[in-house]
Amino acid sequence: MTIEEIIKPENRVYAKPRLLNDNNMHYCPGCSHGVVHRLIAEIVEEMGIEDKTIGIAPVGCAVFAYNYVDIDWIEAAHGRAPAIATAVKRLNPSRMVFTYQGDGDLAAIGTCETIHAANRGENIVIIFINNGIYGMTGGQMAPTTLEGMKTSTTPYGRRIDLNGYPLNITSLVAQLDGTCYVTRQAVHTPAAVRKTKNAIKQAFQNSMDGKGTSLVEIVSTCSSGWKMTPVQANKWMEENMFAKYPLGDIKNTVKQ
Amino acid sequence: MKEEVRLMKGNEAIAHAAIRYGVDGYFGYPITPQSEILETLEAEMPWETTGMVVLQAESEVAAINMVYAGAACGKAVMTSSSSPGVSLKQEGISYIAAGELPALIVNVMRGGPGLGTIHPSQADYFQATKGGGHGDYHLIVLAPSTVQEMADFVTLGFDLAFKYRTPAMILADGIVGQMMEKVVLPPARPRRTDEEIARQCPWAITGRPATRKPNVITTLELDTAQMERNNERYQRTYHVIEQNEVRYEKFMTEDADYLIVAFGSMARICQKSIEEAREQGIKIGLIRPITLWPFPYQAIKELSDKVKGILVVELNAGQMIEDVRLAVEGNLPVHHFGRLGGIVPNPQEVLEAFNNKFPDAKK
Repeated sequence: MTIEEIIKPENRVYAKPRLLNDNNMHYCPGCSHGVVHRLIAEIVEEMGIEDKTIGIAPVGCAVFAYNYVDIDWIEAAHGRAPAIATAVKRLNPSRMVFTYQGDGDLAAIGTCETIHAANRGENIVIIFINNGIYGMTGGQMAPTTLEGMKTSTTPYGRRIDLNGYPLNITSLVAQLDGTCYVTRQAVHTPAAVRKTKNAIKQAFQNSMDGKGTSLVEIVSTCSSGWKMTPVQANKWMEENMFAKYPLGDIKNTVKQ
Repeated sequence: MKEEVRLMKGNEAIAHAAIRYGVDGYFGYPITPQSEILETLEAEMPWETTGMVVLQAESEVAAINMVYAGAACGKAVMTSSSSPGVSLKQEGISYIAAGELPALIVNVMRGGPGLGTIHPSQADYFQATKGGGHGDYHLIVLAPSTVQEMADFVTLGFDLAFKYRTPAMILADGIVGQMMEKVVLPPARPRRTDEEIARQCPWAITGRPATRKPNVITTLELDTAQMERNNERYQRTYHVIEQNEVRYEKFMTEDADYLIVAFGSMARICQKSIEEAREQGIKIGLIRPITLWPFPYQAIKELSDKVKGILVVELNAGQMIEDVRLAVEGNLPVHHFGRLGGIVPNPQEVLEAFNNKFPDAKK
């Protein structure tokens, strides 16, 4: 068997998506962002909507998302991505509009915009990377930081009496009538990656179909912020993060 | 819609002018004394006629970011608020300026600082003309003194904003916003099509067609050399605006021995003061800056050679006076008269203040 005989479309298990460019990613080893970026590029390409897709980048590690996925992007002020997506979608109803936000951006400074965009049922997608820490600024406590979790601003571990409870914003958003699809996924195993891909795909379709707000939370690791190896971080996430943030659909009013 | 003569409030005129201009989106949040802008737009339902988007946002912060978003898409978008709300918008305005995006922001000023009062003021002059948000940037600042100008400056503001890719602000005060006057509303023009926007704004976020590279609107640049070049580009634009877009109005300056400088509603009150002064034989003229930035330094400097003194009259503790003093470069005495906290002086009070500051004028 020659190599030409092996390289056939039916034998191909993976190819780099065309929309994912060759720029060197600034993400740390083991970071979940790269996988999610790739999924977005893959899905936009598969759905054939690159001329209709508009991404809203956050402030946080993914601030440079626009450097890696070759679609039109707007870089938002910290926390304001859902407000920006609201206006983009209302002014361009035929477009597929998504935000890409971390836990600090979405669940701390941007809580107001998140809740209200979802409550209005804006036909947008919110992709929410939840790693329980502020990565970009050097590992400070996030609203989703677990109790006891050490960060640079909770050096002895998060204390409920001092810092309050970890915020389960995704479950909160699922309560809102404007949301049509709210799900929590991860990208730590091939199986999880495939589930996440399906979730994002459905969310993107919901935006195109005008079904309301979709939120896809992706429970993620931050090996640098957590001060673990990528392998340790995945294990720690499974044992600790999933207990507080269990995976699966929380709400889906758009049955396939 | 054809040209139409109506009697209405300044705030209402802004709303009607926006629909007729072909504005694509308005994003606002209620605050006195400008809520009629949002209310009028909601009542007019322009989404049924022109397709204009009108949205009551969850906050002033959300509203200005919606404007940033719409502007990034090459759309004609605007917001309005009053002083405390405009303070909240400053971060977003800085982003719009840094993104080199066209947009219109309306500030119908009320007294401050803090929550202040709902009554008229001009105390946001510094904020509007000297930056307001963080970083080195300017807004084109238009100061209307009539309801007609409230309507006209919607058109002018957008035209300038798109011409220079920079945000423009209508800096009105509670008087111009709330008073009713006759206004000639321009004939309606259609909103631009997506094709026209793509042609006029090749940088706009539209969804990337296969024929071009991705468009990205970002204000982040970690390469300091590039960031300096970006800033130099902004400054070049501001310089061109300073050269080309200074606007002001003169009133009885030809034979004037003294000059009053005032803007917005205060300029109209001062016109009356000047008429009364002339009946007493005191020749005062008025210069009314229409663009507060760029400021008419040259026009004031030229007049300063012909007069003995200048009184700057503002509804604040002395803000524009700093620009007037810069203009005259110490050539002659420049005094200030202002009322604070929402109080508006009448023409006699202004004249009295003038006579106190310039006792020799009567002789």
